[in-house]
Amino acid sequence: MVDILITGKPIDTQACINMASSPQSGGIDVFIGTVRATTKGKEVVRLEFEAYRPMAVSEIKKITVQMLQRWPLHHIIIHHRTGILKVGDVAVVIAVSAAHRDAAFDACRYAIDTLKQTVPIWKKEVFLDGEEWVAAHP
Amino acid sequence: MTINILAFGIAKEIVGGASTSADLPSHTTVAQLRRRLEEQYPQLGKLASYMIAVNNEYAATDSLINEQDEVAIIPPVSGG
Repeated sequence: MVDILITGKPIDTQACINMASSPQSGGIDVFIGTVRATTKGKEVVRLEFEAYRPMAVSEIKKITVQMLQRWPLHHIIIHHRTGILKVGDVAVVIAVSAAHRDAAFDACRYAIDTLKQTVPIWKKEVFLDGEEWVAAHP
Repeated sequence: MTINILAFGIAKEIVGGASTSADLPSHTTVAQLRRRLEEQYPQLGKLASYMIAVNNEYAATDSLINEQDEVAIIPPVSGG
């Protein structure tokens, strides 16, 4: 099963893990991306995530197709949050299951690394003394 | 033809809204659209990079744009 969600509501991490589990799966690898308190020494007040939703879903779908071609996986769950997030909030959950752990680890790593490069989602870091769209400028 | 162009992230701030429009000749390429946008919004050219998406796909610079296409400015992504 592949389940992709871009949501303005809090992500249910346990539900993602439950969806990824199956009797055939000997391993579920879960990546949870959370909001960090500081960036380059500056205190983060909040993050604001924005998505180009239909294209983001389509680009995540492409990642899952590539994953299924490269690794013998059972389930792939990718949920990404949008809107205003505070320190510690969950921004993304990726849960990948396979019969053995190597495929699950490698595929999960591939998913988050590729998502960060290709999926049209943006985050703005809001600091005490200003704000910045991440990666926008050289 | 008039093209409506969606803008996201920092591009939304640069164009001053969630979308902008451009009057272009028919058979315009993505490269021509980029030139037009950078003339109108010089701050776009100062970004680390940006892509144009056509109908929810990243478009090559020689792709043609049609009036009914959904066109979007995609500044550097930073999800995850």
